Amino acid sequence: MCQDPQNSIICIQGLTFSRGQRRIFDQVSLTIRRGSVTAIMGPSGTGKTTLLKLIAGQLKPDAGSIKVLDQEVSTLSHRALYELRKSIGMLFQTGALLTDLCVFDNVAFPLREHTRLPESMIRTLVLMKLEAVGLRGAQHLMPAELSGGMARRVALARAIALDPLMILYDEPFTGQDPISMGVLVRLIRTLNDTLGLTSVIVSHDVQETASISDYIYVLSQGKVVGQGTPEELENTPSPWVEQFLHGLPDGPSPFHYPAPSYAEDLLGC
Amino acid sequence: MLKGLHRLGQLTLAAFAKLGRAHLFLLQALAASWELVPRFPLLIRQMYVVGVLSILLIALSGLFVGMVLGLQGYNVLSDFGAEESLGVMVAASLVRELGPVVTALLFSGRAGSALTAEIGLMKATEQLSGMEMMAVDPVRYVIVPRLYAGILSMPLLAGLFTYIGIYGGYFVGVGLLGVDEGSFWSQMQATIDFREDILNSVIKSLVFGIIVTWIAVFEGYDAVPTAEGVSRATTRSVVYSAFAVLGSDFILTALMFGD
Repeated sequence: MCQDPQNSIICIQGLTFSRGQRRIFDQVSLTIRRGSVTAIMGPSGTGKTTLLKLIAGQLKPDAGSIKVLDQEVSTLSHRALYELRKSIGMLFQTGALLTDLCVFDNVAFPLREHTRLPESMIRTLVLMKLEAVGLRGAQHLMPAELSGGMARRVALARAIALDPLMILYDEPFTGQDPISMGVLVRLIRTLNDTLGLTSVIVSHDVQETASISDYIYVLSQGKVVGQGTPEELENTPSPWVEQFLHGLPDGPSPFHYPAPSYAEDLLGC
Repeated sequence: MLKGLHRLGQLTLAAFAKLGRAHLFLLQALAASWELVPRFPLLIRQMYVVGVLSILLIALSGLFVGMVLGLQGYNVLSDFGAEESLGVMVAASLVRELGPVVTALLFSGRAGSALTAEIGLMKATEQLSGMEMMAVDPVRYVIVPRLYAGILSMPLLAGLFTYIGIYGGYFVGVGLLGVDEGSFWSQMQATIDFREDILNSVIKSLVFGIIVTWIAVFEGYDAVPTAEGVSRATTRSVVYSAFAVLGSDFILTALMFGD
């Protein structure tokens, strides 16, 4: 059963998912509380982005249940899934801005597609969203003219254009300079609190993510190896969590890729 | 031996799976055709990109092909004293075969490859995933306007190619080599039939338009979302289009003129 079903917006139970021979998730269960900022952290290649795609219904699980807003995502029809996605904003690692549209039209895109609002109203809404991310002045620029940090902020403005109930962030801080990173960190928390959103951040930037998270799940090798508030995780005895949070080169997640013995490899032909 | 057989089986299965995906994809796109009504400006924009921007290439190629036909035709026909029939020869070759076929081949190289690369890159940069997450079906927004733009542009471009090609033949035959102008046009007018030649030519170019654009958009949509994957998809788009156009041309010619 889901922990605290009244307050949860996403409830994942016994999720199992494989790609080819490789098992990405093995009986993973987690709950995302309404109104919270929840981080899902783990080393690269643990399937964090895959988890977001499973939550958004872009991939189907092999077994287990993924409930978003009380709806079982994997069994939804195409139409119902698209209806559900209108309540979910997603920020992609690359921004995923439409390269043939300017900043203004990118943010206006979901509004034009899903509403019949007059153009004057769309303009007002787009300018409000761009103002929230500090890029109202960049409305006429094309995506190719934006820096990486700006592109992500435009994508964030687009993600909140339809006033979603929650936003999924896929590695929002990767490759950002300290200033852009600081801006994004503050924006995610501020938007979550002022707009009453629920945020799920998938990241391996420990300090930045922990600084704005209410709850953290640590994934490794297809399982949840640790969970709790940032303070609880700091004091957890788990060697997995310890290695990940402090960036230790060797530990339960080994430095060396599995290989035959070094001496054997060097001497044997 | 067994390994080779295993590999052959794998390749065959993969080829059939891809063929199945391509047909489902086409059905999905055709079923969403009504989306063109609210998105009419997108169709116009794509017709500009795939059609209007191909005009120069098609027009110049048509001119040169027509001029070559005029020259070669004159050399052959003058041996039999039949150079007055040059107009028929140029027009029949262009209307029945070269117009639709060469246009389709040029179109796949100019517009088809661009469509594949564009859609493949949209996939690689997560723009298609982004649309799905915004509850906008990329097949409806990206594929349908491009598919119809290609299908509608092809007969128009083939018509232009044929028209300019005939003038290329006229320029060489009548202008440079001294074929009688009256014979050139009157024999063409008397021989080229509207239903048998022109209508069939339009049908051919429409079929080629469907084939080339379908292959181009599918290859882009089905591309492996990496730089190498997009580059391979673009190459496949042009190669498969060429095979498909030439193969289907034989079938269509047999059906249309095979009696």
